[in-house]
Amino acid sequence: MNLNPKISRRTFIAGSAAIGGGLALGLQLPFGPGVVRAADGSPEIGAWVVIRPDDTVVIRVVRSEMGQGTITGLAQMVAEELECNWSKVVVEYPTPGESVKRKRVWGDFSTGGSRGIRTSHEYVRKGGAAARMMLVQAAANQWNVPASECMAANSVITHKASGKKTTYGKVAEAAAKLETPKDVPLKNPKQWKIIGKPLKRLDTVAKVTGKQVYGFDLTMPGMLNAAIKESPVFGAKVKSFDAARVASLKGVKKVVQVGDTAVAVVADTWWQAKTALDQLPVTWEDSPNAKISQANINDMLKAGLDADQAYVGNQAGDAKKALAGAAKKVEAVYAYPYQNHVCMEPMNATARYTPDKCEVWVPTQDGEASFAAVLAASGLPADKCEVYKIALGGGFGRRGAFQDYVTQAVNIAKQMPGTPIKLLWSREEDMVQGRYHPIMQCKLTGGFDGSGNLTGLHMRLSGQSILAAVRPAIVEQQKGRDPLTFQGVADSGEHSFGYTMPNLLIDHAMRNSHVPPGFWRGVNINQNAVFFECFMDELAEAAGQDPVEFRRKFMGPHPRNLAVMNAVAERIGWTKPAPKGQFRGIAQMKAFNSFVAAACEISVKDGNKVKIHRIVAATDPGYAVNPAQIERQVSGSFVYGLSALFMQECTVKDGAIEQKNFDTYQSMRIAQMPKVETIIIEGGGDTWGGIGEPTICVAAPAVLNAIYKATGKRHRSLPLKNHGIELV
Amino acid sequence: MVRLNINGKTHDVDVEPNTPLLWAIREQVGLTGTKYGCGIAQCGACTVHIDGTPIRSCSVPASAVAGRKITTIEGLAAGGTLTKVQKAWVEHDVPQCGYCQSGMIMAAAALLKAKPKPTDADIDAAMTNICRCGTFQEVRKAIHAAAKA
Repeated sequence: MNLNPKISRRTFIAGSAAIGGGLALGLQLPFGPGVVRAADGSPEIGAWVVIRPDDTVVIRVVRSEMGQGTITGLAQMVAEELECNWSKVVVEYPTPGESVKRKRVWGDFSTGGSRGIRTSHEYVRKGGAAARMMLVQAAANQWNVPASECMAANSVITHKASGKKTTYGKVAEAAAKLETPKDVPLKNPKQWKIIGKPLKRLDTVAKVTGKQVYGFDLTMPGMLNAAIKESPVFGAKVKSFDAARVASLKGVKKVVQVGDTAVAVVADTWWQAKTALDQLPVTWEDSPNAKISQANINDMLKAGLDADQAYVGNQAGDAKKALAGAAKKVEAVYAYPYQNHVCMEPMNATARYTPDKCEVWVPTQDGEASFAAVLAASGLPADKCEVYKIALGGGFGRRGAFQDYVTQAVNIAKQMPGTPIKLLWSREEDMVQGRYHPIMQCKLTGGFDGSGNLTGLHMRLSGQSILAAVRPAIVEQQKGRDPLTFQGVADSGEHSFGYTMPNLLIDHAMRNSHVPPGFWRGVNINQNAVFFECFMDELAEAAGQDPVEFRRKFMGPHPRNLAVMNAVAERIGWTKPAPKGQFRGIAQMKAFNSFVAAACEISVKDGNKVKIHRIVAATDPGYAVNPAQIERQVSGSFVYGLSALFMQECTVKDGAIEQKNFDTYQSMRIAQMPKVETIIIEGGGDTWGGIGEPTICVAAPAVLNAIYKATGKRHRSLPLKNHGIELV
Repeated sequence: MVRLNINGKTHDVDVEPNTPLLWAIREQVGLTGTKYGCGIAQCGACTVHIDGTPIRSCSVPASAVAGRKITTIEGLAAGGTLTKVQKAWVEHDVPQCGYCQSGMIMAAAALLKAKPKPTDADIDAAMTNICRCGTFQEVRKAIHAAAKA
């Protein structure tokens, strides 16, 4: 199965009667009377399923596959209720343009916040169930028997009494003409046969043969390639560029300004375009941002640690009063840097513009956000725009809310109407035009009474707000507060705090710089877990208690947090001595409605060479749709999280990011990869949790806590390379 | 014009002599399984074999390997049958986003040719490719599995 892009044709040919009406499953929309057909003429059985005459089952998925396995998991959920033959399942991406025409029949395209499965499981299962009911009804009608006497399994419908059998492929045409049932009961989870199984991913073969087409790989007739350079000082405008200097270079077709802040060279090949761009003289207008360097930003945040004004994220009792009267106080200041997503495939988009149509091919985490960017950049109405999603070479939050590369590609294509333009960013462009993990400092103060009981705790965050930059309406609604800043330590919701403490205050002094922040895999849980889970170890030490025992005192009302922490403590043998020369650390958090914990065993050589021997990670997402893919996401999370801990930092000099490639912004290699054991706990319940992000946040604090045990040194800022520490 | 021998076929490509082999393979020959990730020989996404040795094609001028035997990911299963490394990759469900995996597989194939029964230390030394999804645990398992196949 290969989600390769569809070039120059619409995904669907819809029966005219159905357009606008929408044949909706799981959504309360009016049903149209016509049969909707896929491009190959096969009928839709409801919006989520197409059955081909050879019994191939095409399952629609609108969330984007970027390595997290969501297309496989979502297909499992449709297939579970559809009772189809899993070996005949293929997956197809509907386009955002079709979604608009069909009134968002497939719901939200956005693939971020670990939402793919947890927020769509119910309607996709209903989509599968409704299709099964229609297929069974069609067979029953053919045999003139009640549908209740027929059963479906493995894409075959059987009438028990007569022994008659037929296949989905044979009754699909008739089923497509039936009205979609409104009352669609779902299976009890105990009956699941496909959900919960460690099935193989649907998209692997193309990825081991080089046949998977990513955005970078797209080709189409007449296509030209573009290389771009946006002002390295964020926000600085183009003053001038000398196109004549490169116009005669081989392959160069055009040099264009892109918006106010970028220039691009269009050439036959990208290498020609990039070579010419490197030689193109460009000057930028002066910008006040050019006067800002890292120390300025750090100082601004530092001042926020003691500022009077701050937005409250979590409060109980009177922390300040309790701290004022404490017999003993512990205080620590932590810091988390800017970091780049560094998807292996740099940003890119391909656009073709004519006054009648603007089409874009793009690896995107959110087809609808891409579509909105195409509309805005092209100036064309929705019925003249389309977006074709292509496989992503990583996403991690860079390719969802931010569609700057789409805007750029359309802008260039508009200057060369009719010519498809493939815009590829160099790694250097990708590094300096990021939407960075927000920078944050944190001062934590804990107070104890004379008997060693924690009586008050203040966690003061000072730093950048993502939402202030990206979703200002939410911040305005909250009277200036960014609720997302408190992920993992919030008073309620999907990122709620896993401890109940007397006299608690968690607040945020918002300090925004000119560096554009973004949603970086895990988002704000990453720094909050480092700050809080390391400080919990500091408090435990001050109280003379074991870190696990100390945490348990505050976890009574949080049984699922406690369960994952206990699970990793037990598996790693917390109460028994660690192997000789090894030291342990632990951390836990709730994020994206999942409960996660990690415990590790490390050793430190020569005082600075850290070897991680073993990590045990537990995750409770409520329901485990595909345990094999969960294990891969969990172990992969440590690569992302530990690269961030040991190696990664973007710093600002004269308004621009200094690190421009993997030589100065390193990422973990296989030699540094610890053995990760994953424990999956299915806590059940009404709320499903996410998988792709939560675990990342416990990687760093678990290891930091272990490093302290090993060395007696508490490192409170990332990355550890700045402390001379390396991962070996 | 540079004459390249890629996956057993001869291609005369019209590039400046200093054009990196990576871009000649991708843009002139049209084989896009070999990926761009950094352009400075750091990440390994562009790994191909030159006379059986893994090299980072982003940092080798096309003209420097004229006439040498170049193998790309597309050349591994040229006959339509997956090689044992690719089969192990499928069996262990290794790729996540998959973008780095062509380079990862080319590095693994070269390792297994040089050392048919690699140790973990051999794997650590030979596999220096970057994977941001974090497939390392499965990569290691798949290499050991391929060695046993």
